[in-house]
Amino acid sequence: MKIVTCIKQTFDTEAKIVVGGDGQISDEGVNMILNPYDEYAVEEAIKTKEKDGGEVVVVTVGGDKAQEALRYSLAMGADRAVLINDPALEKADSHAVSVALAKLLSDKEAGYDVIFAGKEAVDDGAAQVPSRLAAKLDLALANVVVAVELADGKATVTREIDGGTEELEMALPALISAQKGLNEVRYPSLPGIMKAKRKPLDVVSLADLGLSAEDVASKVEMVSAELPPARKAGQKLTGEVDEVVAKLVELLKNEAKVI
Amino acid sequence: MEFVYTEEERMMLQMARSFAEKEVKPLAKDTDKEHKYPAETVKKMAELGLMGVSVPVDYEGSGMSNICYSIAIEEISRHCAATGVIMSVNNSLACDPVKIFGTEAQKQKYLADMASGRKLGCLGLTEPNAGSDAANLSTTAVLDGDDWVINGRKIFITNGNEADYCILIAATDKSKGHRGLSAFIVELDNPGFSVGTLEDKLGIRGSSTAELVFEDCRIPKDNLLGEVGKGFKVALTTLDGGRIGIASQALGIARAAIEDATAYAKERVQFGKPIAKLQAIQWMLADLSTQYEAARLLTHRAAYLKDQGQSFGKEAAMAKLMAAETAMKAATQGIQILGGYGYTTDYPLERYFRDAKITEIYEGTSEVMRLVIATNILQ
Repeated sequence: MKIVTCIKQTFDTEAKIVVGGDGQISDEGVNMILNPYDEYAVEEAIKTKEKDGGEVVVVTVGGDKAQEALRYSLAMGADRAVLINDPALEKADSHAVSVALAKLLSDKEAGYDVIFAGKEAVDDGAAQVPSRLAAKLDLALANVVVAVELADGKATVTREIDGGTEELEMALPALISAQKGLNEVRYPSLPGIMKAKRKPLDVVSLADLGLSAEDVASKVEMVSAELPPARKAGQKLTGEVDEVVAKLVELLKNEAKVI
Repeated sequence: MEFVYTEEERMMLQMARSFAEKEVKPLAKDTDKEHKYPAETVKKMAELGLMGVSVPVDYEGSGMSNICYSIAIEEISRHCAATGVIMSVNNSLACDPVKIFGTEAQKQKYLADMASGRKLGCLGLTEPNAGSDAANLSTTAVLDGDDWVINGRKIFITNGNEADYCILIAATDKSKGHRGLSAFIVELDNPGFSVGTLEDKLGIRGSSTAELVFEDCRIPKDNLLGEVGKGFKVALTTLDGGRIGIASQALGIARAAIEDATAYAKERVQFGKPIAKLQAIQWMLADLSTQYEAARLLTHRAAYLKDQGQSFGKEAAMAKLMAAETAMKAATQGIQILGGYGYTTDYPLERYFRDAKITEIYEGTSEVMRLVIATNILQ
């Protein structure tokens, strides 16, 4: 069984977000991690391999630093990794990333049985790549999945929907995006970390994939970023009970507009 | 000179930090309050390879550097110093001497058992009348046929209540002073062995501190570790390495105090503004952060020298001295920054304060550290 997992390197969830003078988010001094939802995807891939055999290939689009997230996945137990790294992808949006991944997966890394991904990345929270990728590869897709069973060329998944869950059966190959709760993510063991250093990590450019810069031109341009306004201090009402209650009701109606 | 983590060190940091936050932190308060040995956590640490970090893979260790070891101990101790010392003692005081002085057969059995975490180790050195004066031992080992017969008492032995194996230092020839000491590996499921008094301590309450009692305890002749008469060298070499572990533990405590006090200072409003805006608080945090960084560099340098196979005794002593005093100061001032809240058990600062103190005492007091450093620079 060939299992592919798409990952992204993201800011540490504890990182302080700083917007630089150029109106862009600065990554200077920020600790980078494997996107937490992708951890579930990597874990599910490794679990599948442990059960059914085969190999786990982790793939990502990113710069040199993204190799760290791939190595971390290898330390958890994935077998090999592919990084699509190209200057033309520096500001890639969800569209561009899915174009690059789709080309890799329909060409050099074709022949997969299942693709796992996180349901979204915690940085932009766009939740676009899994759906776009499934569309481009013409695969069955299940998003926000909390349980997976693979057997007899089929995937039976449970996914979260508004107000409950639904169970789907899909023919493989299929793309499954992971929600928190899908599994309990393992820590890479120390021997795993040591082995990860020797596992293959291929770096490919757009040219290697047979793509041009135009093919991955982003459709979305980030014009500027700003931090949410600081929270204003609350109001404290004082005085006689009747007056305070009347004032509170007025504020709830006219200012907060909640009643 | 390079001040960047290797890939391996970076992954170690990410893994250990995540493990410490998710698995160690939630138990830390109870571990301390209930005197509860964190058996489940130790088991998980063993599965991850944390009980034999720099033991070669051939002996079921993880084959990683001492810098990785230091990183791991710091991250674990950031949330629970008791868990940190359990790990440090097994790695540094039990695995290390067998790795350095053991025969191939001893390594195959004892080192592999301890590095994999199947068995827990401790070091039996200190006695009631032999603390800093570590050569003044009363415990004896006498060769009788194919056995060594051990008699005596060891005190203040970390992991002593749970340990399966003890690296024991005993006198084989009392007339020769420290040249008459030898080291042994003792399996503690021995009818001649019992655990005596368990200490009720100020801090690191989740780790046991036990008296070990040996009464005609017979062990095979082959369990001599190193040569007869070289036990003091085994002890000193072992403690040199142990100091990297304790320095790292102290770094974890110091960082805990600094991080918690910093977070509090940003939130706590007095005189109409967060107290972090007050210079009195700022200078405390600035000094503590500076000392922490300095202690960390010293510790990583000592670990680096050990990895390179160079002498590191002086550097390990400097690291432990600096890190321990930084931990104590950080915990003291951390409580000061939290004021009355810091003095209560609602915040973990008082635990850091109690845990920090031991780092100035065990595996060589701060006074002995200064003695080691002075001896090195004056020789």
